[in-house]
Amino acid sequence: MEIFLAVFLGTAFGFVLQRIGAADPDKIIGMLRLTDMHLVKTILTGIGVSSSILFLGMMAGVIDSGHLSVKSMHAGVPLGGVLLGIGWAISGFCPGTGLVAAGSGRKDALFFIMGGLVGAGLFMLMYGALAETAVFNSLLGGKVTLSQTEKYEALVSGFNGTLFAVLIAAGFIVLSIKLPRSLR
Amino acid sequence: MYWNWKIGGFVLGVAFLLAVALVKPIGVSTQFVILDGMIANVFNSELIKENKESKTGYASTNDYLNKSGGKYAKAVANPTNYSFIFVLCMVLGGYIGRLMTRSENNKKIDQVPACHKQCFGENAAIRYLISFAGGVIVLWGARLAGGCTSGHMMSGMMQTAVSGYLFAFAAFAAAVPVAIFIYKKKED
Repeated sequence: MEIFLAVFLGTAFGFVLQRIGAADPDKIIGMLRLTDMHLVKTILTGIGVSSSILFLGMMAGVIDSGHLSVKSMHAGVPLGGVLLGIGWAISGFCPGTGLVAAGSGRKDALFFIMGGLVGAGLFMLMYGALAETAVFNSLLGGKVTLSQTEKYEALVSGFNGTLFAVLIAAGFIVLSIKLPRSLR
Repeated sequence: MYWNWKIGGFVLGVAFLLAVALVKPIGVSTQFVILDGMIANVFNSELIKENKESKTGYASTNDYLNKSGGKYAKAVANPTNYSFIFVLCMVLGGYIGRLMTRSENNKKIDQVPACHKQCFGENAAIRYLISFAGGVIVLWGARLAGGCTSGHMMSGMMQTAVSGYLFAFAAFAAAVPVAIFIYKKKED
């Protein structure tokens, strides 16, 4: 059953990424140069829609909060984010969209994937040494969220998690409507 | 050619929502490590071993594959696991998406992006080299952060994860100036 879901959800996700233009380096670089905000508007809407329905669904008991998986906060998050951002801007691909772009027939994406395997392989070899540094030590409480759920602690507790999550989601959707098509 | 942001954003949101409602949040970059592990396992039969004492029943001589009770080692030993099949099928999804686009305008794919041509000319070899170098940095960075655009940014912010917001901020704060600097348009 899980494998059937993997095939269905993975294919659907790849299809959607291709159809919104996320697997097109010109669209990604246009977004990062702030000249084509189409993808930012799409992403903000996507987060707003998924987050609001997720939290409402958990409140209604339709979605199991046990499925949540929040990643730990550590110094590697912003550092790795900066590195990913640099490589993203250079190539116009991120890990997921690189795979989708290869499927859509882009040869440059195959080179991105080969580079990605080298980068991931280098990290595997260096992990032992990195793990001895403070880079993976938890910051801000580690696996925390802004909105309280049954599974994870909130950064600041004491208010309604669902309401707060829906407000943040609404903020993302308003932002995606208000953003102009180009900032430059 | 592409879906507009209202339709695209809604469908993208539904894809992330379905994944977490039915199984777990979407993530991609870990699977580069798993594929590396599978390749290395062919050449080094000592890399992954079954081990009754480890939490998952698998252990590895590599520290990264061995972490969290051999979680990645187990995935390497069992290629037909959910996360790996999910990511493989994303390639198929990209292929199907492209087929639809092709039937719309019957245009052949331009292997060298327009933004690249404007700055570096028509030479495809330079584009391939830049793509390869980008891949190395992206995946090394994603592994340091513990996730990528899908896992940290989209899935993370969907769950209101503190790590997701800070990752997204760092990624855009670096990517925007680099993109503006590298891909200067002639008329700018």
